[in-house]
Amino acid sequence: MTGFAAYLVFFLIVALTYSIVVMGLNLQWGYTGLFNAGVVGFFAIGAYGTAILIGPDRAHLIGGFGLPFPVGVLGGMALCAVAALIVGMATLRLREEYLAIATFGIAISIQLVALNFESLTGGAQGLVGLPRPLFGLFDSPASYNLFYLGVVAAVAGLVFLALETAVRSPWGRVLKAVREDETAARSLGKNPAAIRLEVFVLGCVLMGLAGGLYVGFIGYVSPLDFLPILTFQIWAMLIVGGSGNNLGAVTGAIGVWALWAMSGLAISRLLPVAYQSQGGAIQVILIGLLIVVTLIFRPRGLIGESDSVSKHTGAR
Amino acid sequence: MTAPLLAVDGVVAGYRPDLPIIHGISLTVAPEEMVTIIGPNGAGKSTLIKAVAGILPISRGTVRLAGKEITNLPTHRMASVSMAYVPQVANVFTTLTINENLKVGATALSKEDAARRIERGYEAFPDLKKFRHKKAGVLSGGQRQMLAVARALLTEPRLLMLDEPSAGLSPLMVSDVFQRLKALVDTGVAILMVEQNAKAALAISHRTYVFAEGRNRIDGPSQEMASNEEVTSIYLGAGGRKR
Amino acid sequence: MLQAIADGILSGSIIALGAIGLTLTMGILRFANFAHAELVTWGAYMALGVLALTGAFMGPLEPFSFGVPLIMATLVAMVLTAALALAIDWLVYRPLRGRANHLTLVFGSFGVSLLVRMIILLIFGGGAQYYSNTLQIAIPVAPGLRILPDQVFTLGLTAVIVVALHLFLQKTRLGLAMRALAENPELARVNGIDTKVVVRWTWIIGASLAAISGVLYGLTVQLRPEIGFHLLLPLFAAAILGGVGNVFGAVIGGLIVGLAESLSVLVIPAGYKLAVPFMILLLVLYIRPTGIFAGTVGGAK
Repeated sequence: MTGFAAYLVFFLIVALTYSIVVMGLNLQWGYTGLFNAGVVGFFAIGAYGTAILIGPDRAHLIGGFGLPFPVGVLGGMALCAVAALIVGMATLRLREEYLAIATFGIAISIQLVALNFESLTGGAQGLVGLPRPLFGLFDSPASYNLFYLGVVAAVAGLVFLALETAVRSPWGRVLKAVREDETAARSLGKNPAAIRLEVFVLGCVLMGLAGGLYVGFIGYVSPLDFLPILTFQIWAMLIVGGSGNNLGAVTGAIGVWALWAMSGLAISRLLPVAYQSQGGAIQVILIGLLIVVTLIFRPRGLIGESDSVSKHTGAR
Repeated sequence: MTAPLLAVDGVVAGYRPDLPIIHGISLTVAPEEMVTIIGPNGAGKSTLIKAVAGILPISRGTVRLAGKEITNLPTHRMASVSMAYVPQVANVFTTLTINENLKVGATALSKEDAARRIERGYEAFPDLKKFRHKKAGVLSGGQRQMLAVARALLTEPRLLMLDEPSAGLSPLMVSDVFQRLKALVDTGVAILMVEQNAKAALAISHRTYVFAEGRNRIDGPSQEMASNEEVTSIYLGAGGRKR
Repeated sequence: MLQAIADGILSGSIIALGAIGLTLTMGILRFANFAHAELVTWGAYMALGVLALTGAFMGPLEPFSFGVPLIMATLVAMVLTAALALAIDWLVYRPLRGRANHLTLVFGSFGVSLLVRMIILLIFGGGAQYYSNTLQIAIPVAPGLRILPDQVFTLGLTAVIVVALHLFLQKTRLGLAMRALAENPELARVNGIDTKVVVRWTWIIGASLAAISGVLYGLTVQLRPEIGFHLLLPLFAAAILGGVGNVFGAVIGGLIVGLAESLSVLVIPAGYKLAVPFMILLLVLYIRPTGIFAGTVGGAK
């Protein structure tokens, strides 16, 4: 494979992994109106959970259970569900912004645990040398990456189909009712707080799934892969793609990740070394601008949002 | 007939411009006149008053006060056109004291005027003076209604609009409130009020409008309306609660 | 132990100043402003910028490490921070305010927080900076307790501001209007209050206090672009603990959060200190979501 094709495979694996996170966030925000300000926290829980379960046994570490990869990912998703329950049960019966504040808090706390709980997470170095699923079956890293792209694409496709089916089911219509007219939803005999909790946990579990897939691909975890900026990037992907639209979520993930990669490339090529850190700040500013400007001028997203769910982000 | 104080002409309004609740309502209130609006649930009675007060956006039609157009007037400028409004529920600030409630109500006045008129308000409503440093949250429904009316009168409006002044009050309190409103009209204030207690409203007001489904149904002098067959059969029989 | 309490009260008073502004904006503008903590950072750096431009042309006022220039710089920083808050309100929050889902505002503030932080990083760089290189000598006041004069100043200033703000809210027309608006915006307008004006003053007051909080942080700790990011959770915890919209509550909440952070180091590794406000927050939300002193806008729906 040429360098570019190899890079394209690598790029798509990461972008599709993020698209699963975006779809989880879309379920929370786009369909149910829940604001999750700690996306990176749940992604990290899934990743670290997986890493600890599949990692080889090491004397100085608590984890390292050497479990099969799918079991590890499921474990990471379960951990995400627990974290989501703790935050969700505290906040979902309260004012909506309390969920936003609490999710921001859990992301910070997870970052601290990743950095400081060295015997579990490996601290700043992270956990390295994690087994990559079925790596031994392939003769070159390039062909393995191609295989892994297939795995991630299949999982993303399954998540997409499952979500599309779910939001069109009676359950999906209840979500819309909860979001747009809470009193009406309650009069239908639905408990809005319980529905919100379901959606919140489910969305976070999807973020955890993506975290697990990410670890399987890169073969290590470190706090540097879970910086707070990732939350903003995921939000940018969602709002650019158009919240309430799963196809838009996937497109937004690929589009924004491409923009990020290209702007990074441009900065490293064009800016003198002395100004590289400023270049990084500009790159982040672009993400912030993308969020704020899209929110103000194109609330339905750059790509579009299906009409049936447009009311809450759209202008009155 | 004298020139109307308030003239509402073909007003279309609602919470959202694309979803109007009232579809072209017209009415007038003459100076020193007491006018009530009655009608079934969802007839748009409160919506009309809120639209006149500038709380809900008017998408078509006009509102004139003493000949001057005030369509979509910013709510906080009501006092400047000599108009005041008493909402139905949450009509006082429960976390502020009675005295503070009156001070807030006097926002449009100079400090000296405010102090003088608040004193005058206490003279008219001695019960309020007793509790002046208590939080309004401790007041009973009737006392809150008194406070809300006293507050609305601080700016000496020519038109006072009330949304269901009798809601939630005991029959004794209702007649007390209505007597006070009647006395107000005698001092020269015009009143436009929404009432679900149609019987009491017809008994004291000069004229009555009946709304249905966001439109004018019938209107006329209250005495005539009280004997109108349609009114008696539909609105006096089953006094449905307004939403 | 004694030292930890003193440090906790000090950082608590800085949190309190920031939390007052946050609780006011949450109560009156009715949304959780994720960008509020960035106003703290902005204020701190604006004062640094003014100091750098004007130079320390006068010596410090003994026994403090700073002099008239920093005081002047703080005043300028307050104006610049209020200007930023008003600009953000006009550019971002105003167009979003009419949207059906009010969380769109929270979302907008979330994006703005990133922008402000990065712009500071771009202008001032990422390294730690200080207002003054003068080293202060801590005064031993009791066995095991040393305090810097600047820290005493911080405490005193916080106390003065809290009292002044309390009087303002109780005694002035604007203060009364702010309390009325926090309880019921529609009734406030019916009462003749121009909510736009009150909202404007809420930003000015909240932002000015944030700027002071930032300068005091810079004075007693250091200046870093991440000040706001690290303060956000303590500020939210303090505001919610004290009851949203409750100024006095925000002060007590700030002191509790500051003390808890500082004392936590005696029990858990220092690395987890930043998670303490989150624990407090979760505890409050589970046990008493309206806060210790129920605010004007309680947490319960």
